[in-house]
Amino acid sequence: MNKRTIYLDNAATTKMSRTAIDAMTPYFDTVYGNPSSLHSAGQAAAEALADARERVARCIGAAPGEITFTSGGSEADNQAILSAARNGEKKGKRHIVSTAIEHHAVLHTLQKLEKEGFSVTLLGVGENGVVRPEQVKEAIREDTCLVTVMYANNEIGTIQPIAEIGAVCRAAGVPFHTDAVQAAGHLPVDAAAQNIDMLSVSAHKFHGPKGIGFLYAKKGIRLWNVIEGGAQERGKRAGTENIPAVMGMAAALEEACGRLEENARKMTALRGKLIAGLSAIPHSVLNGDAVDRLPGNVNFCFEGIEGESLLLLLDDRGICASSGSACTSGSLDPSHVLLAIGRPHEIAHGSLRLSLSEENTEEEIDCTIRAVAEVVEYLRGMSPVWRDLVSGKKEFITK
Amino acid sequence: MALYSEKVMDHFKNPRNVGVIEDADGVGEVGNAKCGDIMKIYLKIENDIIADVKFETFGCGSAIASSSMATELIKGKPVSEAMALTNKAVAEALDGLPAYKMHCSVLAEEAIKKALQDYYEKNGIEYDHSLFPDCEHCAHCGDA
Ligand SMILES: Cc1ncc(COP(=O)(O)O)c(C=O)c1O
Ligand SMILES: [Zn+2]
Repeated sequence: MNKRTIYLDNAATTKMSRTAIDAMTPYFDTVYGNPSSLHSAGQAAAEALADARERVARCIGAAPGEITFTSGGSEADNQAILSAARNGEKKGKRHIVSTAIEHHAVLHTLQKLEKEGFSVTLLGVGENGVVRPEQVKEAIREDTCLVTVMYANNEIGTIQPIAEIGAVCRAAGVPFHTDAVQAAGHLPVDAAAQNIDMLSVSAHKFHGPKGIGFLYAKKGIRLWNVIEGGAQERGKRAGTENIPAVMGMAAALEEACGRLEENARKMTALRGKLIAGLSAIPHSVLNGDAVDRLPGNVNFCFEGIEGESLLLLLDDRGICASSGSACTSGSLDPSHVLLAIGRPHEIAHGSLRLSLSEENTEEEIDCTIRAVAEVVEYLRGMSPVWRDLVSGKKEFITK
Repeated sequence: MALYSEKVMDHFKNPRNVGVIEDADGVGEVGNAKCGDIMKIYLKIENDIIADVKFETFGCGSAIASSSMATELIKGKPVSEAMALTNKAVAEALDGLPAYKMHCSVLAEEAIKKALQDYYEKNGIEYDHSLFPDCEHCAHCGDA
């Protein structure tokens, strides 16, 4: 990446913060013991691990004993869901409630359970991408062993009414898991106050290292192993702990949570500018809720063009973005999230996600708005779909 | 991005023969917006030679690059050669495409065939119908 790169793909991953990097380095060659070792080098590492556990727990309103370090968000999601399924199964409960817009780490785990005979209810969402707590209440059955609803969506940024959904679950006596991978470090998380029983976090979404995350499971919820082996993580997750990554995550989470409001204010202002600028492009539509959305998330569909070519041409101008088009993912269908909010295939292919960090500048936003407008116009100029729309042969879907 | 070869990126960023031929002798459009790639080819044919060719494409990088390369490969060539153009030849001329992008080059081949069929039909020229599959083949969405 050259100097002029404008990085707007922070929902995919973030640049590590200096604080996080500095927090890691001593654990590569100074405090490098294995926390399971009885000697002093091992015990120094064990102390660091305990300290990090306490710090991340504090950031989400949990107790240290409720935190299990994992290899990231995907593993935390897998373990949460599989644990709730195993716990439910023992009581004859084999039904799970979730939503159509979850991350694949959740959806594919649910599909695996369906093959085992579980039944899964995937709640639809409104055009704004929000699930209503009443929908959850209506979907819960006698045999429901888990409700899992993401805190904030990774594509369209929509924030779900997590505390209210948690309250519904609590009243029904059903464990509630939330994939908070996009939320942690960006939105307030308080497991106790928000009625959350299990919660997944991934460090690389808040300027921490990749390949590390954690699962919060409220005291009393039994976890089942995804990885078998040694007795690390109270026997719930085998494998020598990745201490440098854990230390980097703890530092990054504390830093992000300490600047939560300041960062949110900054990003919300940039987001507003970006949304206003892109809305001015004719026949474009914002995806996700205008208000209940992650401070850094912007997602648009542009009618008449395809997302991958848009991304490639933006990249050519130094702008890193993402799209839900089929052609970018190698799959055959456009994003399941865009389809779930009712976007027809025709425009879902032309989606663009720009996800900000607090380090982005107004100048970068201005430059991005100009670039997107130019590239969209250029691609429309060679699009037979656009020609049909303009000539009236086909009807516009967007305004 | 290393996803595509330099050739693909060149034809994607500087596509040859983009546009429309108003008085085209044959026009072919394949794909649909549902599966994410649509290609339209316009042919001008003189003395059994592809005198001019233009394209319009809605699609990904490899769809646009394949259209561009395919038009280059048939421009100035006899109709029989254009008929014989395969998606494999298009992909090879682009120094290869990622496996899951091959369908985009299929569209280029089919759009040209369809434009030629249109030319035959318009001009009442006898042709071998078996060379033109009547169903619009769309590799990646069965219900197209
Ligand atoms: C909502 C959500 N859940 C889960 C994940 C997976 O996290 P990880 O990459 O740490 O496995 C991601 C990120 O890719 C995500 O955005
Ligand atoms: Zn394609």
